[in-house]
Amino acid sequence: MKLWKTILAASVLSLAAATSAFAARTDLTLGIVLEPPHLDPTAGAAAAIGEITYANVFEGLTRIDDNGQVQPGLAESWAVSDDGKVYTFKLHSGVKFHDGSAFSADDVKFSLDRARAKDSLNPQKPLFAHITDVTAVDPATVKVTLDGPQGDFLYDMGQVAAVIVGKASADGNKDKPIGTGPFKLDHWAKGSEITLVKNQDYWGTQAALDKATFRIVPDAAAAVPALLSGDIQAFANMPAQDALAQVQSDPRFTVVIGATEGETILSINNKKPPFDKLAVRQALASAIDRSAIIEAASNGLGKPIGSHFSPGDAGYVDLTGVYPHDIAKAKAYLKEAGLENGFSATLKLPPVPYARDGGQVIQSELKEIGVDLQIIPVEWAEWLSQVFTNKDYDLTIVSHVEPNDIDIYSRPDYYFQYENPKFNDVIKELGSTVDKDKRLELLGEAQKILAHDVPAVYLFELPKIGVWDAKLQGMWTNWPIEADDLTKVKWTD
Amino acid sequence: MTAYLLKRLIIAALTLVLASMVVFAVMEILPGDPARLMLGLNASADQVEVLRNQMGLNAPLVLRYLHWAGGLLSLDFGRSYTYSVPVIDLVRERVAVSLPLALIALALSTIIAIPVGVFSASRQGRAGDTLTMGAAQLGVAVPNFWFALMLIYLFAVWLRLVPAGGFLGWSAGIWPALKSLILPAVALALPQAAILARVARSALIEVLNEDYIRTARAKGLPYRTVLWRHALRNAMIPVLTILGLQFAFLLAGTIIIENVFYLPGLGRLVFQAITQRDLIVVEGVVMLLVAAVILINLLVDFSYAIVDPRLRGRQ
Amino acid sequence: MTARIYLPEETLAGVLAKAFGNRSFLIGFAITLLVAAIALLSFAWTPYDVTKLVIADKTQPPSWAHWFGTDHFGRDILSMIMVGARNSIAVALVAVGIGMGIGVPLGTFAAARGGLADEALMRLNDLVFAFPALLSAIMITAIFGPGAVNAIIAIGIFNIPVFARVARAGALAIWPREFILAARAAGKGATQITVEHVLPNIATLLLVQGTIQFALGILAEAGLSYVGLGAQPPMPSWGRMLFDAQTRMVTAPWMAIFPGMAIVITVLGLNLLGDGIADILDPKSRRRR
Repeated sequence: MKLWKTILAASVLSLAAATSAFAARTDLTLGIVLEPPHLDPTAGAAAAIGEITYANVFEGLTRIDDNGQVQPGLAESWAVSDDGKVYTFKLHSGVKFHDGSAFSADDVKFSLDRARAKDSLNPQKPLFAHITDVTAVDPATVKVTLDGPQGDFLYDMGQVAAVIVGKASADGNKDKPIGTGPFKLDHWAKGSEITLVKNQDYWGTQAALDKATFRIVPDAAAAVPALLSGDIQAFANMPAQDALAQVQSDPRFTVVIGATEGETILSINNKKPPFDKLAVRQALASAIDRSAIIEAASNGLGKPIGSHFSPGDAGYVDLTGVYPHDIAKAKAYLKEAGLENGFSATLKLPPVPYARDGGQVIQSELKEIGVDLQIIPVEWAEWLSQVFTNKDYDLTIVSHVEPNDIDIYSRPDYYFQYENPKFNDVIKELGSTVDKDKRLELLGEAQKILAHDVPAVYLFELPKIGVWDAKLQGMWTNWPIEADDLTKVKWTD
Repeated sequence: MTAYLLKRLIIAALTLVLASMVVFAVMEILPGDPARLMLGLNASADQVEVLRNQMGLNAPLVLRYLHWAGGLLSLDFGRSYTYSVPVIDLVRERVAVSLPLALIALALSTIIAIPVGVFSASRQGRAGDTLTMGAAQLGVAVPNFWFALMLIYLFAVWLRLVPAGGFLGWSAGIWPALKSLILPAVALALPQAAILARVARSALIEVLNEDYIRTARAKGLPYRTVLWRHALRNAMIPVLTILGLQFAFLLAGTIIIENVFYLPGLGRLVFQAITQRDLIVVEGVVMLLVAAVILINLLVDFSYAIVDPRLRGRQ
Repeated sequence: MTARIYLPEETLAGVLAKAFGNRSFLIGFAITLLVAAIALLSFAWTPYDVTKLVIADKTQPPSWAHWFGTDHFGRDILSMIMVGARNSIAVALVAVGIGMGIGVPLGTFAAARGGLADEALMRLNDLVFAFPALLSAIMITAIFGPGAVNAIIAIGIFNIPVFARVARAGALAIWPREFILAARAAGKGATQITVEHVLPNIATLLLVQGTIQFALGILAEAGLSYVGLGAQPPMPSWGRMLFDAQTRMVTAPWMAIFPGMAIVITVLGLNLLGDGIADILDPKSRRRR
């Protein structure tokens, strides 16, 4: 017995010696859930495009960091005119695209003009709506003129769809993305993986990794074995489900639960009876037990929210107590609306686990106050055309992952069909306010209006379940934008 | 003979044309707008319209059909909406997974089924027969995707012998690639083997009762020789028919198994294309599969005609 | 194989005696009866309420309280399997009904008419057969939306050519018989002959094919539900339970094991029953045994 232990110890030691003899690793395989349709962030809305390319392959004038703060990107500095309308960006010099062509102010002008053009297919075209003119003053200076002061402009220029593309290579980016970032595309085995390699000619600090592979792993059944076997060393957001505990108890892995900008809500068609009555919406809000939904739809990891605002962002107000879970109260609200016998409605669910699982819990909860929900599962394509575009729905569950998007409730003709002049005034004022404190105050006010008026029932903030090898450093904790920025990721020993 | 072949060919061509119309019509009424899906939540209606025009979705129905069908004739399947690469390239990549998978599964199923069928037939009515045919009954009853889940649990999660899913491509090496195809192939092969074994058994029993087999045995040939040499060869026609059908089934029927194992094969491609409303991909792949089925049926028919001239008149 | 079955030329007592001596039939009949009984029982009683979610009890392994464990919503898996049996049976049964209701008239009509009508119908059959069934079912549910009713339609459509073929083959074998000639001589029309003479004589053939398609229908429903296109919550369905289980193989394998076994046992029972019936009614079986 003792002999066995000695042999075992010896072999473990020699094995350890053998591994430490290698230099630190420089390759990384990450798991992602969805394969991107293509790799051009300026031409497609799929989140997976940005996840892979943002900060790695493509860069914008500014960049958003792990904490959601604006940092210099391709622009090393900028100046804002006194009226807040003109931004003058000073660009880094010596920047090259992956195809070897030099980056200059012309590319910035080209990219912004392309994004705001009449026939633009940029998925975030509204970001560029306030730009009235872009001028390349000299190769290293760009002047952008707006139609008025914009509190979020620098943040918006750091978003995924605002990255700068090359004039000559822009049309081929879907297949062969040509950016300025520290990584370039090596190959893409469709349906299985996408490999990036280090860009040796990068203008800034070189990345520590030589090679990063994004492998498509759609769910927990495949993710857990892949992680345990070492095939995959990191998940920026793991499809973990109930298996997380198993990974958490394993010292080889670091598990970091971070915040996203994904407000997961039960959207209501506010113009469709009976949901046009405030009391009915209040009844829904009171009948729903957030903790049960969070447990079922996000394994207890999501943070409860009471309004359309991420708990991780500056200006957050905790409004989860406005309508606490109270069946009797919910029934009273229904009575107030003249619907004490309940009613029936449909609940359209897109094909994501949080919606499909959360929907079943909501169906069972609303049954208790006599509201009979018929679940209609839909694909994204149908959700977009039926729910989002044609407003043909009663209720739906969806996560709004765009950052700083509380203004969607003021958009005319948005799928909530919500109209509140008071709220619109607050948002309008917010748009042209640059002062930080005043902005936070207005944001708080907007949150409160939504919490009380219930244009949607606010459920939880989608968690980011970061899981990676304990020896890996520099992965993002939070997802202010959906991106796996690998510029600072490295192996330690 | 030539007239018969010609007639079959014409019918096959007509079926293909009809099938192309059905596929195209079905894709037309599929709800959801591919352009809207690509542009996402923040795109305006104008932008969607621009993209629809670019994708050629706003042209009249008949024109689009003719354009598409015309392309098919020259083997031009169009470009994928989502991946924006030629459909044929996507298909080529995916066939490199689906075809080997189907072939391995078919080979496995044959290797298992024929000996079992022969064994069972030679022991007709005895305990060995009852046992193997009972097992075959069980095999037919097992849904292959459930069997796949059980295999994953046993060999990937528990024993960690093979990956739970995914496929790294043939460039990663033959062995790793084969390793990720083993479980799916087994999952596909078992129910097929069960069916095939039953067919082989009853075909053999049929043949064993024929006069010439009795004659052969009466001549004193050993039972083994009679069974394997004479009987099996003559029982091959129904077995081959089933094999042909199974091959066609395996090519298209791997959708669920490819989804269970995340294999980037044809089935998964078409399944994803349906949910992403990549209509042109769905149309192309379905047409290819339909053509494959028709071709296989044609080959089976022709081989019948060659083997048994009497059948020509009946068809 | 089925084309070899001819009408039973024996007495009811003889058939019954053979039935009791046929192992396949007895086992298959017992299993089928059991599944049907469980499905019926579920209307009156299940151990737990399957529409009530008890999140606190989620993914419990099998225990005395929950023999087959609980799912990710804390529902009792045994109760769900019981209720799910209803769905499987209903979908498969109606799909067989659709296939028979449309396929048999088509097949017998083609056999009675012959010629161009026959040729056209059979080529149409080939067309349907040329489409991969599962893929087409997925497309049908993609158009009309997932759900039990659309699953029935999708499966039913593919039963039509099967029954059309069987009915045609059976009818073609009947038509040259003497009693048909006699009926024709008596001035009966094709429709009348089909209804009065052909259909009764191919009924057993259709019964056997019916059990086979019934079993296949249960498998098909499970497959469709497994990709999320079959019955929708809160209605439990075996395939849907496997769909939910797929991503939880690591943590809750019992969620997959038991519903899968329910499918296997049910399909096995139906197949044995079909085999048994074919054996009993097949005159050749005497020689084989």
